[in-house]
Amino acid sequence: MYQKKAQLHIQTPDGITFTLELASPLMRFFAWGIDFLVILAITLFLQQFVFRYLFVISEDLSNALYIFLTSAMYLGYAGCLEWFWHGQTLGKRLLGLRVMDRQGLHLQPSQVVMRNLLRVIDSLPLFYLVGGLASFLSPLYQRLGDRVANTVVIALPRFKSPDLSSIVGQKFNSLRAYPHLVGRLRQSVHPAEADIALQALRRRDSLDDEGRFALFEKLANHFQNKVSFPEEAIRNSSSEQYIRNVVEILYEAEGVARRAASKSCSDTL
Amino acid sequence: MILDLNKFITEEQPYWNELEKTLLQLEKNKKSALDLEAIQRFHYLYQRASADLGRIMTFSAEQETRGYLENLVARTYAEIHEQSKGRVRLRLGRLIFKTFPRTFRHHIKAFYLVLIVTLLGACFGAVTLVNDPVAKATLLPFSHLQGTPDERIAKEMEEQGEHMSGQQAQFSSSLMTHNIKVAIFAMALGLSYGVGTVVTLFYNGIILGAISADYLMAGQGLFLAGWLLPHGSIEIPAFLMAGQAGLVMAGAMIGHGDRTPFVQRLQTVLPDLMVLTFGVALMLIWAGLIESFFSQYHEPILPYWLKISFGGTELILLILYLYLCGTGKDDTIKTT
Repeated sequence: MYQKKAQLHIQTPDGITFTLELASPLMRFFAWGIDFLVILAITLFLQQFVFRYLFVISEDLSNALYIFLTSAMYLGYAGCLEWFWHGQTLGKRLLGLRVMDRQGLHLQPSQVVMRNLLRVIDSLPLFYLVGGLASFLSPLYQRLGDRVANTVVIALPRFKSPDLSSIVGQKFNSLRAYPHLVGRLRQSVHPAEADIALQALRRRDSLDDEGRFALFEKLANHFQNKVSFPEEAIRNSSSEQYIRNVVEILYEAEGVARRAASKSCSDTL
Repeated sequence: MILDLNKFITEEQPYWNELEKTLLQLEKNKKSALDLEAIQRFHYLYQRASADLGRIMTFSAEQETRGYLENLVARTYAEIHEQSKGRVRLRLGRLIFKTFPRTFRHHIKAFYLVLIVTLLGACFGAVTLVNDPVAKATLLPFSHLQGTPDERIAKEMEEQGEHMSGQQAQFSSSLMTHNIKVAIFAMALGLSYGVGTVVTLFYNGIILGAISADYLMAGQGLFLAGWLLPHGSIEIPAFLMAGQAGLVMAGAMIGHGDRTPFVQRLQTVLPDLMVLTFGVALMLIWAGLIESFFSQYHEPILPYWLKISFGGTELILLILYLYLCGTGKDDTIKTT
């Protein structure tokens, strides 16, 4: 019913499993694009405002420094930033990506250096074609440099509270009369399924009547198969209303505490 | 199972906040040492957050809190299982005079293999050129090497570095950056299980052998030694060592006779590859300076005996440095 995103599951020695969402090759390409523009901008800045004046003092020294610094920047930009910003370059930071050790540990200097030195192969022949192909073929979206350095690029989670005010009203929710079934529903529904139901309600106006009816009918059947509510709880409501009730139940814990938790986490990231 | 989510979050959040505060402190300042009590508290908070994560997973729509806790647990896990001792300090002196030569010696077999491949290439290039001078255009596809050695020497003698007058620094910088990129490429080709590295080294050997044969056949061995030795005595070994790094990587990938997993084998050699690449880069910077400011000047400005002596001394010092540095008592720790 839903498509799974590529994820990295890490099980700690304590038996706790946590999941990290992997950054897609496309997102990584965009991040690289931003980094490329940053390097280009710095190079132009140096050319216009630093080396132009240095040129007056010594043409030879100015050219030598320019060649050396620009090459050093192309080779070292990503490595330096990834080391000092814990796995992020400017592009990755803007797009919420981070390089991590494959086992979820901190990056070691040798990992940072090697994954960046091996860009010379990944970037062949143009626009990271080799690295891009390697990423698409890898289950963990690793380019060749990542495989050697044993690193992955993850997408940092963004915590946003869903705004339900326009979707679920203050109407009577017939499902609440069965708290044990409500509890079971919360347990048995996967977060991605809950999200699909929420998205269906959000986009209801963009569907034609027939399509909307068919979609909510299908969703209602799906959730009814998960937890079957008694006939009297759903008798007088449409499939769409039933989905509204389900979504309201699944997302009802919009308490102050959780918002505070989300805010705290967003601030950290 | 959690019956009241709001109550659960309200009760647990102070612990999460406390854990996060400690985490931020540790992440910002790697040196900050926790006392025993603080460490025990940190571990307790980690276990509590882990348990909370296990419990919150039973709530379907709790993506945010779950994501938050996963993030918290992941970061704490990384801190607890951190292997490095605080922020890495770059000890340049130790790196140059101990770690680099020691790493070189640790993988000496790879270096010998690289040397053999290059020498084979050089022999092939020289023999081919001697037997079939017409093949020169194919062996040395560079326009500036197409004339006879005598013509090139006459031109060099006439110019005496004049064509680079006022551009030595720029030329030197270009040489350094270009050579470093080529060396990194040779190392990175180890990714092809060493095939790319071996082919590159063999081809470089062919060029080297063909050029040498070309000059020797023309009776210009002295000029060749004077021209090549000052920078080549450092530059050529540097390229060989880049190839050595490539073969070290390839060896770890192949893992012949080694039962440890692929990833672990590579992890083991990563620090050595980094050290070798660093050393090679330093050598190429030196070679670039010498090539630009020294090699381009010939007799009568710089006599051949001086240039050859300089190059020979460099080579001897390099060999002594690579084989003797870092052999002291405190240097017995394995590099990898």
